Amino acid sequence: MDDLSGLLADTCTRLFTDRVTPALIEATEKGKWPDDLWQAVEEGGLTLPQIPEQHGGAGGTWDHAQVVLSAAGRFAVPLPIAETMVGAWLLSSAGLDVPMGPITVAPTQPSDRLSISRNGGAWALSGTAARVPWGRSAKHVVVLAESGGKLMVARVAGGAAKAEPDTNLALEPRDTLTWSNAPVAAAGTSDSLQPDSLWLAGAMVRAAQMAGGLEFLLSQSVKYVSERKQFGKPLSTFQVIQQNLALLAGHTAAAGMAAQAAFHAMEKGDASFEIACAKIRVGEAAGLGAGIAHQAHGAIGFTYEHTLHFVTRRLWSWRAEFGAEGHWAERLGREVAARGAQALWTMLTSR
Amino acid sequence: MPTFNFELHELPPEAEMLRQEVREFLRAELPNLSADERPRTWGGHSPEFSKKLAAKGWIGMTWPKKYGGHERSFLERYVVLEETLAAGAPVSFHWVADRQSGPLLLRFGTEEQRQKFLPAITRGELSFAIGMSEPDSGSDLASIRTRAEKVPGGYKVNGTKIWTSNAHLSDYAISLFRTQVVPDKKHEGLSQFLVDLRNTKGITIRPIYDLAGGHHFNEVHYEDAFVPEDARVGKDGDGWKQVTTELGFERSGPERYLSSIRLVLELLNEVGKEPGERAAVLVGRLTAHLNTLRQMSLSVAAMLQAGKSPNLEASVVKDIGTTFEQEIPELVHALIGAEPHLHTGSEFERTLGYLVQHAPSFSLRGGTREILRGIIARGLGLR
Repeated sequence: MDDLSGLLADTCTRLFTDRVTPALIEATEKGKWPDDLWQAVEEGGLTLPQIPEQHGGAGGTWDHAQVVLSAAGRFAVPLPIAETMVGAWLLSSAGLDVPMGPITVAPTQPSDRLSISRNGGAWALSGTAARVPWGRSAKHVVVLAESGGKLMVARVAGGAAKAEPDTNLALEPRDTLTWSNAPVAAAGTSDSLQPDSLWLAGAMVRAAQMAGGLEFLLSQSVKYVSERKQFGKPLSTFQVIQQNLALLAGHTAAAGMAAQAAFHAMEKGDASFEIACAKIRVGEAAGLGAGIAHQAHGAIGFTYEHTLHFVTRRLWSWRAEFGAEGHWAERLGREVAARGAQALWTMLTSR
Repeated sequence: MPTFNFELHELPPEAEMLRQEVREFLRAELPNLSADERPRTWGGHSPEFSKKLAAKGWIGMTWPKKYGGHERSFLERYVVLEETLAAGAPVSFHWVADRQSGPLLLRFGTEEQRQKFLPAITRGELSFAIGMSEPDSGSDLASIRTRAEKVPGGYKVNGTKIWTSNAHLSDYAISLFRTQVVPDKKHEGLSQFLVDLRNTKGITIRPIYDLAGGHHFNEVHYEDAFVPEDARVGKDGDGWKQVTTELGFERSGPERYLSSIRLVLELLNEVGKEPGERAAVLVGRLTAHLNTLRQMSLSVAAMLQAGKSPNLEASVVKDIGTTFEQEIPELVHALIGAEPHLHTGSEFERTLGYLVQHAPSFSLRGGTREILRGIIARGLGLR
């Protein structure tokens, strides 16, 4: 871990420990946008770690972004930090400036298509995107849209769409946005842009958030079983509890490694292989981990009063967003099979 | 709570160059090894192959040159290990000596012992077995009872060791005996010895066949067997500390997740280039696990290279790695439902047959899953 990573990790831990209280998460889940928290996170330089300085970012790498997202997942931070990073990356890779404020991205469903067209001297956006994260709260929406068969990145103002609010299990906004000839604030394109660029980046940021969430489940479960007594002794002294938490530790470590590998590959260039591996491996760990953590906590962990569910509800949603394990496994499996048995080991060792 | 320290590590260019050299060597040496012979790998015995590997400088790679070693990095060694395992090379002749016995002597042996044994190991001439378990103590090593009683010039040994892999093929067994009885302190009074299996009177080696009819395990019975003073490794009574160090060497390598890789490759041949949905999902999932485990295992090698003692991380890799390699034949069975074969049928069916029968051992050898999870739980502060 380099100096900037250490600094970011410390900043996140300090800021989130102070500010991301259960009361704040609850209020956000009831629909209140946590503006003070957003301001603090943005001023702390945590929203654009990997964006070049000339586009308004901190000039770091995707490895640094991973540190922030993992911490955001660990604390169940109720903000679109991940979406802002992805939106900002799309903008800057198309040579566009990154504005201040929360950003979200669309489309997030493989079947949704958006299009932009010339409307007099300006660009205009049309189409519908379902389950847009934080759609109602974002100040900017960055979209991947088609224009005459060509892919473009465009930014529109939040509020330029008709919004149908909905949420995921964690009560994070997942809104359906419909634009009809909405004015585009900026548009551009890039040679590196692919139809699945946004889908891949979305899967990658969710993997990092989940890896962080798993770290929380592990530390919270260790803490709980060490304090809680049954049959006259701490739960932590029961072998079966120890064995289950050791298993959780293994899956947590694997999830962290898989997420790290994806971000590192993204920094180097083509990360589709590592992102698929990460979304599969971390998603699987998320389901198992939530199960083990709830079992360790007993009935109290199933109550709203206990904070465990802030993370487990997110894990259950995030593992399904931007493609669940099965989706990515099938995609990866088809690629591996097409290359044949001879190529698998060569491919694994060349990454 | 103490946390794990898995950091992504990339191999240096010299390691990648070495990889190409190892691949060419393996292609030339093992052209006709069948698919179902390849999963035997670190159970596969070939002194000739080990000598050839030694001639390339790939045994004792990280050891000092004055003991015949090559002073190369742990990461270069890692590449040789993973390539030989992925190819299914028969490496059991030198495996224990290279992984455990040599490093143990480097750390705790006398200068005479190092001079005598290490250069011969690096030439691929000496083979070692491990004599730890006993009939009434499997993972509970502290309960061992085989006595080494002090006599003039050495020790007189009485007792029985069990599960000693390759004792019938090895020159020496590094064995743990009780040299003192310390009441209520069963971890104390243990010592390690280099037992010459070929030239010691009073030793009887009896085969124990595994459920597939194979002979790797043995029972090694000692009856008034004399072991000289200079065969003791380390100080009298330091055995427990040494054994736990040695087990650390045993838990960190790629052999803890690659046992079933041949079946993954045979599965790819079986499902073809355009698999159905279920097959594609399984292939993708297995690939994701393999890639992640490899990154974790490499991370442990990098910690060793940096002079750290990643015992906790090695236990994590072994736990999830052996669980994974054990799952593979089950998942392949669930997908394809082919009958596992012994000596007939296709290479795929025979590979499945071999692995279905051997998978139970994966989470036993080198410390059971339960013992490893106990170590991890201790690392988490739960005990």
